[in-house]
Amino acid sequence: MAEPALHIAGLSKQFGGLPAVSDVSLAIMPGERHLLLGPNGAGKTTLFNLICGDLAPTLGSIRLFGAELVGLPPRKRTAFGLARTYQILTLFPHETICRNVMLALNGLKAGKWGTWRAFEANRALRAEAMAILDRVRLADLADRPVSQTAYGDRRRLEIAMALALSPRVLLLDEPLAGLSRDERVTVQDLLANLPPDVTVVLIEHDMDVALAFAERITLLHHGRVVATGSRAEIAADPRTREVYLGA
Amino acid sequence: MSPRILPFIMVLAAMAMVPLVSTSPFYVNLTSQVAIAAIGALGLNVLVGHAGLNSLGFAVFPGLTAYLVAWLSTVGGFDPVPAALLAIGGTLAASMLFALVALRTTGLGFVMITMALCQIVWGAAYRWTSVTGGDNGLSGVPRPGGAVLPLERPEWFLWLCLCVLALALLQLGRFFDSPLGVALRGTRDQPRRMSAVGYDVWRIRFVAWMLAAGWGAAAGLLYAWYHQFVSPHMMAVTASAEVLLMVVAGGAGTLAGPLIGAALVVLLKNLASIWIDRWMMLLGVTFVVIVLLMPDGIVPGLGRLTAWLRRFRPAPAPALVPRERTDG
Repeated sequence: MAEPALHIAGLSKQFGGLPAVSDVSLAIMPGERHLLLGPNGAGKTTLFNLICGDLAPTLGSIRLFGAELVGLPPRKRTAFGLARTYQILTLFPHETICRNVMLALNGLKAGKWGTWRAFEANRALRAEAMAILDRVRLADLADRPVSQTAYGDRRRLEIAMALALSPRVLLLDEPLAGLSRDERVTVQDLLANLPPDVTVVLIEHDMDVALAFAERITLLHHGRVVATGSRAEIAADPRTREVYLGA
Repeated sequence: MSPRILPFIMVLAAMAMVPLVSTSPFYVNLTSQVAIAAIGALGLNVLVGHAGLNSLGFAVFPGLTAYLVAWLSTVGGFDPVPAALLAIGGTLAASMLFALVALRTTGLGFVMITMALCQIVWGAAYRWTSVTGGDNGLSGVPRPGGAVLPLERPEWFLWLCLCVLALALLQLGRFFDSPLGVALRGTRDQPRRMSAVGYDVWRIRFVAWMLAAGWGAAAGLLYAWYHQFVSPHMMAVTASAEVLLMVVAGGAGTLAGPLIGAALVVLLKNLASIWIDRWMMLLGVTFVVIVLLMPDGIVPGLGRLTAWLRRFRPAPAPALVPRERTDG
């Protein structure tokens, strides 16, 4: 059997006495589209924060293509090929859209330590950023400061920032939150056109989009894995209805 | 070269010409003081304006350098130039140790820890009388120079200060536009995102800290040579606060702001005190006015004013005038 892209084993996180994530184990295969499902407070975002290193787990292990991530700072996990988006927009408001992406692109390059040559003068970096902006349909707004853009544009920029890292494993935290119907279609297309070898873990409450996208689904409730399986299995599972609608 | 640097060249040239216009050394010395204060304020601006780290202990950098060069070139018997190099090296080495403590925090914690570090060094200068001279300080600090470069003369010393100021403006101007400068502001606005895209936030802040220390050391060296005397007062909390005031009044995060803030504080202090005894009150009133009218400082305030005035011009103005937080 092939090695999982993301292998989580016995992962727990306690906030004081409150267990946010309890004994979660997951194996997500390379190229898989995996949906994390669960009501508010199920521990989905906490799980993302544990995977990318913003939080340290109380117990357990997280392996990315076999390499243990627990104990590594977020920037080292990024170097292993992990990228994420945030549910709450986390952008650089004073910079232009293009410079936001350039900044993200530069994070894994040695040129980030330059102190003399102008950032703007790096044409290769700019071209790379424009190519990514093209993918998320933001190229025509490239030179507009983020503070002067619409919410929907910022959501797509949020995704562009993660794509800039050419991730092997991409964690998307509610990429459709707050978008209009038209904007949803744009992002849905964008998700559908992600390179097939990229492993994607998605948190999303828009079921039409999420179920169309995901092959496998994990149902979380109170920080625990209730069920994990294929789209059909989870949809047919009575516990899904129970968790969502209450018993 | 961009047209942006033209105003800086003009201001520096005007300052350099003060000795040719004024017959009294008073104004020449005053200009030197502005230049020295501006170098320090430029250093602090790296932390306050670009790293988002508000320090209330900046005076520790110039203070350490001034004391080291004073001690080395008087008691230590070193020539002024080797003493200066050792003093700057010593300050940078100490700053690295301070960084290990100070950079563990941000926000209010950083304000308090930087103030505490400065107070420790101030306390040493004040109490370790056998070495530092205590409250009397160390006097008779020799300036370098000779026949070719008569730095004992006010105009030559001013020109030296202006050379260092020009170097500071050039280095920091380039730095703020560089990849690391952009990344530094990234760590100010979104440290979490910065580490998620692969940046080492601590190391970026460390570079900013060392840059501030370096220009603070340069200012401290010139300060010691200018007064030819050092005392613990230059490391008092009020001294740190004064530099912070320069940065904030002029416009944190801008290149010209610290220069304008330094000129404002030094000129008010020295000129107003000739006319009125309560010059501190005048300084206070001035800052209240600045904070009320231009809360982000003189430079951004004037930038907004010109953008606003431009709207009344009949000529087609650019559709979007971005409100700039930085000069670059």
